[in-house]
Amino acid sequence: MAIDAQRAVEAVWRIESARLIAGLARIVGDVGVAEELAQDALVAALEQWPESGVPEKPGAWLMGTAKHRAIDLIRRNQRLGRKYEELGDDLLRLVFTACHPVLSTEARVALTLRLLGGLTSEEIARAFLVPVATVQQRIVRAKRTLTEAHVPFELPPTPELAERLASVLEVVYLIFNEGYAATAGDDWMRPGLCEDALRLGRILAGLVPDEPEVHGLVALMEIQSSRSRARKGPSGEMVLLLDQDRGRWDQLLIRRGLAALQRAEDRGGAFGPYALQAAIAACHARARRGEDTDWKRIAALYDALAELAPSPVVELNRAVAVAMAFGPAAGLEIVDSLATEPALGAYHLLPSVRGDLLAKLGRHGEARAEFERAASLTRNEPERRLLQKRAAASAERG
Amino acid sequence: MRFLILVPGNEQSEAGVLPDEKIFIEMNKYNEELVNAGVMLAAHGLHPTSKGAKVKFSGGKRTIIDGPFTEAKELIAGFWLIEVKSKEEAIEWVKRAPFDGGVEIEIRQVQEAEDLGDALPEEVRLAEQRMSAQMAAQRQQRK
Repeated sequence: MAIDAQRAVEAVWRIESARLIAGLARIVGDVGVAEELAQDALVAALEQWPESGVPEKPGAWLMGTAKHRAIDLIRRNQRLGRKYEELGDDLLRLVFTACHPVLSTEARVALTLRLLGGLTSEEIARAFLVPVATVQQRIVRAKRTLTEAHVPFELPPTPELAERLASVLEVVYLIFNEGYAATAGDDWMRPGLCEDALRLGRILAGLVPDEPEVHGLVALMEIQSSRSRARKGPSGEMVLLLDQDRGRWDQLLIRRGLAALQRAEDRGGAFGPYALQAAIAACHARARRGEDTDWKRIAALYDALAELAPSPVVELNRAVAVAMAFGPAAGLEIVDSLATEPALGAYHLLPSVRGDLLAKLGRHGEARAEFERAASLTRNEPERRLLQKRAAASAERG
Repeated sequence: MRFLILVPGNEQSEAGVLPDEKIFIEMNKYNEELVNAGVMLAAHGLHPTSKGAKVKFSGGKRTIIDGPFTEAKELIAGFWLIEVKSKEEAIEWVKRAPFDGGVEIEIRQVQEAEDLGDALPEEVRLAEQRMSAQMAAQRQQRK
């Protein structure tokens, strides 16, 4: 019974905490203090609700309890409580504060999940496979940094808005990617983290509905999530996009993603970096079979992405799309221009892609060398075996 | 995890009468809250069962039974599909919905592929594998 009550309190916390902290921060003008006040109210709820039951309006109860203490605090500090303003604005202020540029990326991620996602330090630690103490320390330090830097609980001034929003979106996408392609641990996918990021993205889309890139990011995450079931093979191995059983793609998420992409495009954001990536993902989502994929369109979208946000990884992806659309020789030309790219020096996908294109062109001897090089660079065991197999096959044919 | 929230029908919904404006506005506000919190995946109201039908299976025979359905427990007027962290969170959201009058709202967790896990019989698993192999072969042939 006590455990049930605790779980109910936790559920209320997940729903209410962001609004609670945002509202309190508006009153006390400091996110760190607001978070502590909210935590105090949570402790009070954990003490009282198991006895008294969850109140009718649990959010109002938490706010009332916390406000009480906030007003004490304000009186002590001789500060006047500002008028409680519109809720949406408070949440948005909280987002921008949690992702403030004075904070390190790690701190932004932890604070965003804690303040907006309603995750506990334990949950964040589990998601990122770091000790709980590390997360707690990150959050304490982040709150101190915000206070010491006198970061006001305000929306960024208009000239900074675009850049600051980009930083918020980056944090959300980082959380998503850590879930979608985990960089540490045994599991290379952590769907819980993807769900957290999606939830944050959807909340953001509600807060700044006129910003096309928010919808672009949501679209990208929804469409990528739609494939998670198909990405994992029977023995837990990764299944590549073109080998996936498309019947297992989540059509609901695809539809939601396409609708979000449409919203981004309707707001004139078709060529934002997230919208472009979402549009590429959408090309795959729309193709009912792998061979129906509109590679020419994907290649064109990669051209646009490479213009907008040039990076060797984008270039490599563009090479693959170009090879699919216009033949392996055209793709190889792009790949060869990347050979001296220092950022890709240890990136196994470069020789892996090059090997694939060479094999398609019948240059098996060269292909074999590339596959072997790729096999020596990858840290993923199943992938290494696959590359070695391809090297052996090339050796036979060469 | 995903939950399906089922709203039962009643005489009014069966007659195709839309709820009055006040409830409509309240429900809209509630839906907006779900969307803004990032938990809503889908929500739909259903037409009266008079516009629906049932297909009955017995042996090789299929019998079509046109609506309306008579048993009260068969009536569903609408549903939400939400994505949350726990059953408790689903309950907490449903508690906030603007219902009244003794109505009971059902909350059911949606099964995910991983929930099935080992429960999937070996034959089904093999059949699935055969099916994807077949599909792959068909893809090859078309090339």
